[in-house]
Amino acid sequence: MNLLVSVRIALVALRVNALRSLLAMLGVIIGVGSVIVMVSVSSGAKQKVEEEIANIGANLLTVRAGDSSRRPRQQGEEPPSPLTDRDVAALRDEVPGLVAVAGYMRRNQPLVYGNANWTTGIIGADADYLEVRDWSVAEGRAFSDAEVRGGVKVALLGEKVREELFGDTSPLGSTVRIGAVPFDVIGVLDRKGESAWGSDQDDQVIVPITTARKRLFGRRVTVRDEVRLILAEAALPDQLDAVKSEMEAVLRARRKVPPGGEDDFYVRDATESVMARNETSSQLGLLLAATAGISLVVGGIGIMNIMLVAVTERTREIGLRMALGARRRDIRNQFLVEAVVLCLTGGLIGLAAGVLVTVVIARGGEFPVVIEPTIIALSVASSALVGMFFGLYPAHRASRLNPIDALRHE
Amino acid sequence: MAAATALIRAEDVHKTYQMGETEVAALRGVSLAVEAGAYVAVMGPSGSGKSTFMNLLGALDVPSAGRLTVDGSDLGGLGADALAAFRNRAIGFVFQQFNLLPRTTALHNVELPLVYAGIGAAERRRRATESLERVGLADRMDHHPAQLSGGQQQRVAIARALVNRPSILLADEPTGALDSQTSGEIMAIFDALNRDGITVVLVTHEAEIAACARRRLVFHDGRLAEDSAAAPSETTP
Repeated sequence: MNLLVSVRIALVALRVNALRSLLAMLGVIIGVGSVIVMVSVSSGAKQKVEEEIANIGANLLTVRAGDSSRRPRQQGEEPPSPLTDRDVAALRDEVPGLVAVAGYMRRNQPLVYGNANWTTGIIGADADYLEVRDWSVAEGRAFSDAEVRGGVKVALLGEKVREELFGDTSPLGSTVRIGAVPFDVIGVLDRKGESAWGSDQDDQVIVPITTARKRLFGRRVTVRDEVRLILAEAALPDQLDAVKSEMEAVLRARRKVPPGGEDDFYVRDATESVMARNETSSQLGLLLAATAGISLVVGGIGIMNIMLVAVTERTREIGLRMALGARRRDIRNQFLVEAVVLCLTGGLIGLAAGVLVTVVIARGGEFPVVIEPTIIALSVASSALVGMFFGLYPAHRASRLNPIDALRHE
Repeated sequence: MAAATALIRAEDVHKTYQMGETEVAALRGVSLAVEAGAYVAVMGPSGSGKSTFMNLLGALDVPSAGRLTVDGSDLGGLGADALAAFRNRAIGFVFQQFNLLPRTTALHNVELPLVYAGIGAAERRRRATESLERVGLADRMDHHPAQLSGGQQQRVAIARALVNRPSILLADEPTGALDSQTSGEIMAIFDALNRDGITVVLVTHEAEIAACARRRLVFHDGRLAEDSAAAPSETTP
């Protein structure tokens, strides 16, 4: 008997017992649905992490003064000696695995242009900062190393700042005041969006770190060439650990940490913290994977149960088909096809439900909806396999019926 | 020799069933021959072995001992698939309860044996239509069994039995569920089919139905008790 005829018979049987079929399919629906949700949510979360990492800057290492514990300083304890421009220069010169190194400080300060007034984050940074952050200017130009060395009063505006102060007109060539100090606007930054920590990176202004220290953050700077943070970009991602060790060696020597003594600074791989924050979502994925596996098995048992009922109900039909010339394998295939059709229908409903739930979750968690074709194919194939596996026993039983007894069955 | 033309040839056929611990002998040595084109009524009280004999004849079961040859096939030597193929090709079944599939049209019911014969959709449709025309139901092809009267349902069943051009029509109490007028109509169809050359074997306990047949086989206690024709092919060489 050909497949098409079997499928048609199966669809008729399915429709006649619509509610019963739906209930039997429930396990498969939930199973496939949770597979879709699990995989899509975790790949969406993964893509979000990748985007965040790309946003921070690829292969980014950060250096801070102090120890890594971030415990509050105890009374009488001396503050750790700050990082300086000389540390930045040393890293740049002595660690060959780094392609760019930048000192960094940040403070909130009011910004004035004409009558417009806007308080925003002022970043003082080296010229390498944009490269380290994989950031570029949309309009105008960035400042150079020479301008940093000279302490020139130039500023790069974030997109949001530009919008707040200048609206639709171009800010290039205008002068804004930060605090009381006038700065020439030489560029507007590309839109960067939200940072991995949730702050709006477009609501910032970048100025040379030398200028910032001398003109803006003066009273708070303890050492003349202090930097709050050093950002460094490694050339290759797989050298990150080696480069990190080299940086630690250089800084330990410069800061005279005794051998075996505790570092008074720490170097961190910026992607680590992003990964750590997203660990929960991968654990959730694991939980869902377990649910999906269990539901598929439970769903399969549901299918098996309903198929056994169907075989009993249709014993006379089986006997008749045998009398009319159906071979055992025709009967077996018919019930197998029916189980597979049942499971596939459940799988497709589960697929639709899973996509729907994924979209809702993705919207709530603000990560992209990633539904890969392979997972759709996989879930459809797995529901067909479940049908085949759990349909086999009932189908086999049907095919082994004695035609005489089956025909007499009431 | 006339025996060579016998469509059905039974030689000392036995059938025993295992019922738990005990063996039940349903047939205890039946020998007979039926030539092609015969019209045979099989009678006997329940437990006489007539149903068992019909099951063997219809290749739904195989003899425990003896030889049963139908339409050139020695049924005792056939496996399950070969028996199914034989039923499909050589036998047309008509049942007391019609046994139509309830959720499919008359046409699809009639097509069913052709599905198992592996015949394509267009040819199936053509032959099923032809078969339904033969029993006078051309205008009811798209009806479901529930929309048909008992007599019409049995006519669909006969059309289904005929559709694969079997050598033998096996009817088990074909009028048992019908009123007498409808029974007459159904028997008229059997008569007409037999006149066209189809061998008809029908089980009945009603004498007037049996009277339609030209030969009467009466079973009793697992043996052939009476053969009205005394099988001419057996007696006259």
